[in-house]
Amino acid sequence: MRVALFIPCFIDQLYPNVGIAMVTVLRRLKVDVYYPAEQTCCGQPAFNTGYWDEARALARRYVDIFADADAIVSPSGSCTAMVRNFYPELLGKATNATVHTYEFAEFLVKRLGVTDVGARFPQRVTYHDSCHALRELRLKDEPRQLLRKVQGLELVEMDQAETCCGFGGTFAVKFPMISYAMDDVKVTSIQKTGAQYVVSTDSSCLMQIDGYLRRVNLPIKTISLAEVLAST
Amino acid sequence: MTPTLRQFEHDATAMADDLRLRAVIQKNIGTYDIAVAKGRTRFADWQNARSRAAAAKWETINHLDRYLEQFERNVLANGGHVFWAETAQDAREHVLQLARRHGVLKVVKSKSMTTEEIHLNDALQEAGIHTVETDLGEYICQLRGEHPYHIVTPVMHLSKADIARTFQEKLGAPLTDSAEELTMIARAKLRHEFLTADMGITGGNFAIADTGMIALTENEGNARLTFSMPRVHVAIVGIEKLIPRFEDLALFWPLLADSGTGQALTAYSSLIGGPRQEREADGPREFHVILLDNGRTRLLADAEQRDALHCIRCGACLNVCPVYKNIGGHAYGTTYQGPIGSVITPHLRDAREWSHLPYASSLCGACTDVCPLRIELHHHLLHNRRNAVRRRFDNVVQRFIFRAWLCAMQSPARYAIAAKLGVLALRLGWAGPLLKPWTDRRDFPAPPKQSFRDYWRKHERGA
Repeated sequence: MRVALFIPCFIDQLYPNVGIAMVTVLRRLKVDVYYPAEQTCCGQPAFNTGYWDEARALARRYVDIFADADAIVSPSGSCTAMVRNFYPELLGKATNATVHTYEFAEFLVKRLGVTDVGARFPQRVTYHDSCHALRELRLKDEPRQLLRKVQGLELVEMDQAETCCGFGGTFAVKFPMISYAMDDVKVTSIQKTGAQYVVSTDSSCLMQIDGYLRRVNLPIKTISLAEVLAST
Repeated sequence: MTPTLRQFEHDATAMADDLRLRAVIQKNIGTYDIAVAKGRTRFADWQNARSRAAAAKWETINHLDRYLEQFERNVLANGGHVFWAETAQDAREHVLQLARRHGVLKVVKSKSMTTEEIHLNDALQEAGIHTVETDLGEYICQLRGEHPYHIVTPVMHLSKADIARTFQEKLGAPLTDSAEELTMIARAKLRHEFLTADMGITGGNFAIADTGMIALTENEGNARLTFSMPRVHVAIVGIEKLIPRFEDLALFWPLLADSGTGQALTAYSSLIGGPRQEREADGPREFHVILLDNGRTRLLADAEQRDALHCIRCGACLNVCPVYKNIGGHAYGTTYQGPIGSVITPHLRDAREWSHLPYASSLCGACTDVCPLRIELHHHLLHNRRNAVRRRFDNVVQRFIFRAWLCAMQSPARYAIAAKLGVLALRLGWAGPLLKPWTDRRDFPAPPKQSFRDYWRKHERGA
C-alpha cells in the first residue's frame, strides 16, 4: 500500500513539524509514503464562506491529484472532513480520492489497526476534540486510544472537551468577539485539568488555543497528536 | 454593512464580554444538561426515536397540502373555525376582527412563539385590548418589556434575584429569595386575569391532522386556563406544526419534553378538540385556529432545506450552541434564536438583511447532534451561506479575495509565491486587516523557517 500525504496548506506553511511528525510515525510503522507536490489547499475556506464554485475548482484538482492513491492521510480532521464529507456534495459524487482520505489518528487505528506506535511523552496532557474530527468523522475514542498507549503520558479529561474552541475559519475573523469568548471558555476548562499540554488532531484549533494562552502568558503548551506520537 | 448586522455585532460583543451574564446562562443550561442526560436514558433507543420522528415529519412536510386540508376539515367538523393567514398582518388583523366581534376587552395568552413572530401583543395593546402573558417566564418578560431570551425558557438570562427585583419594581411585591413565593406572587396576579378575560390566545405545539386537534405542552397549567376559561379561544399555529396521526403524539410528546426540558412528559399535556359542546359545562364558546404561513411556504419550496420545517421548537440546539451560550438570545434580534433561528430566519424574513446570521457560527455541529428531528442544522448554515453568495449578498472585497485566492491555489508555483509573500508579511509584523481581528487578542504563530514542501524537496526528493 502506498500512502499519499495530504498536507493542508496551513500545516504546510505554519506547522510543517506536524506533517514531518506524521511522516516519522508512518515510517516507523513501515508505511510507504509519498507527497504529491501539486497539492495546495482543499478549498475549505471558500466552501465555508459560501464560495462553492471556487471550492469546487479545488475539489476537482484534489480528486485528480490523488486519484490513484491507495490511501490519503492528513494530519487534520477538518480538511479530511472537507474532502470526505463535503466533496461529494460539491462534485455530485464520491470518488476514489474522497472515500480513501483519512485523518491521521483514524488511519492508524481504523485502517492499520495500530494503537501503540512506540511513542514516549512523559507529560500530563488533556485532549481537545476538534469539531470536525468528532462530529463529521466521528472520531472520539481513536485519538484517546493512541494517547493511552504513549509511554509516560497521563491523560486528564477536561469538562468541556467537546466544546468548540471558537476558531471556525473565517468565523474567527468575522465575529472575533464571539470567537474570543469561546476561546476563553475552552482555555478555562483546559486550565482546570492542571495539564501541561493540550493535544488535538487539528492544528487550527491548537492555533486558536495557543494564541490565547501565549497572549495571557499561561504556562500550558499546545501540541498536535502527530507530534506526541512521533516523540520517543 | 446593514444596520441589522451592525446591531448584531454591537449586541453580541457586549454580551460576549459580560461575564456575569455568561455565568447565569451557563448555570441555567447546566441544570438543563443534567435533566436531559437523565431523561435520555428513558428512551429504549433515542437514535431510533429520532429517526422515526424525522420520518414522520418528512412524510407530513412533503405532503403538507393534504394534511393541512385534512386538519381543516376535522376542525370544522368539530365545530371550530379555521383561518389561513398568509402574512403576519393577515393573522393580526384576523385576531383583532375576532376581538371586535366579541367585544373583547381583555386577552390572556399562554406562551407562543408564533404570536411573538407576528408581534401580536403590540397590535392588541394598540387596539386598546389589555393583554396579559400568563406563562411565568413570559409574564416576567412582559413586565420587563423584553422579548423572550430563549424559545422554551424565556427568562434564561435572569437569576432568581433578578426576578425578585423585577416583581418589586413592577408589582410592588416584597423582595424574596424563595422561588415558591415568587411563583405565588405571579399566581395571585394571574388568577384574577384568567377570571376576567374575554379571549384566550395560545399557540400549538402540534396540530393533529386526523382528529383536527391542537396539542399543547406546558408546565404551569396556565395554557389550560387560557383556552378553557375565556369565551373565545384562538390558537395561532405555524403550518409546519402538523403531525399526521393522533398516535404520533406517543413519540412526539416525550421527544419534545425530553429535548425541551429533560422531562418524561411535561406537567400538562392538553388536547383541544373544539369549542364547548352541548351539555358540556365549560370550555370556550368559540374555537378558532389561525394557520400561519408568514414565509414558511418559501422554505417549503426549497427542497434542499425543507426539512428545517421539521423543527418542533424544543430549544435543544440553542442549549448546546457555544455561540448562543456566549451571546445569549437577545443579540440575534430574531424571534427564533440560536442555530434553528439562523437557519430559518433568512428564509422567513428578508434574506439579505439576515444573511449574516448563518456566518455567526463556527459550524461545530453540536446542534445537529442533539436535534431530535435530525435536522442537519450546521449543514443548512452552509447552504444559507452559499445562497447568500449566489445572490450576491457578499461584499465585493471578500469576493475579490476569494477569486485571487483561488487563482493562487490552482497552481503550486503561484501558491508557493503567495505563501512566501504571506510569510514575509508576517515576519515584518504586518498581519494585515485580514488577520487583525484575530491577532488583536491573540498571538499569531511565528512562521517556521521552512514549509513542509520545502522540507520534503530538500530531504525526501527521490527517497
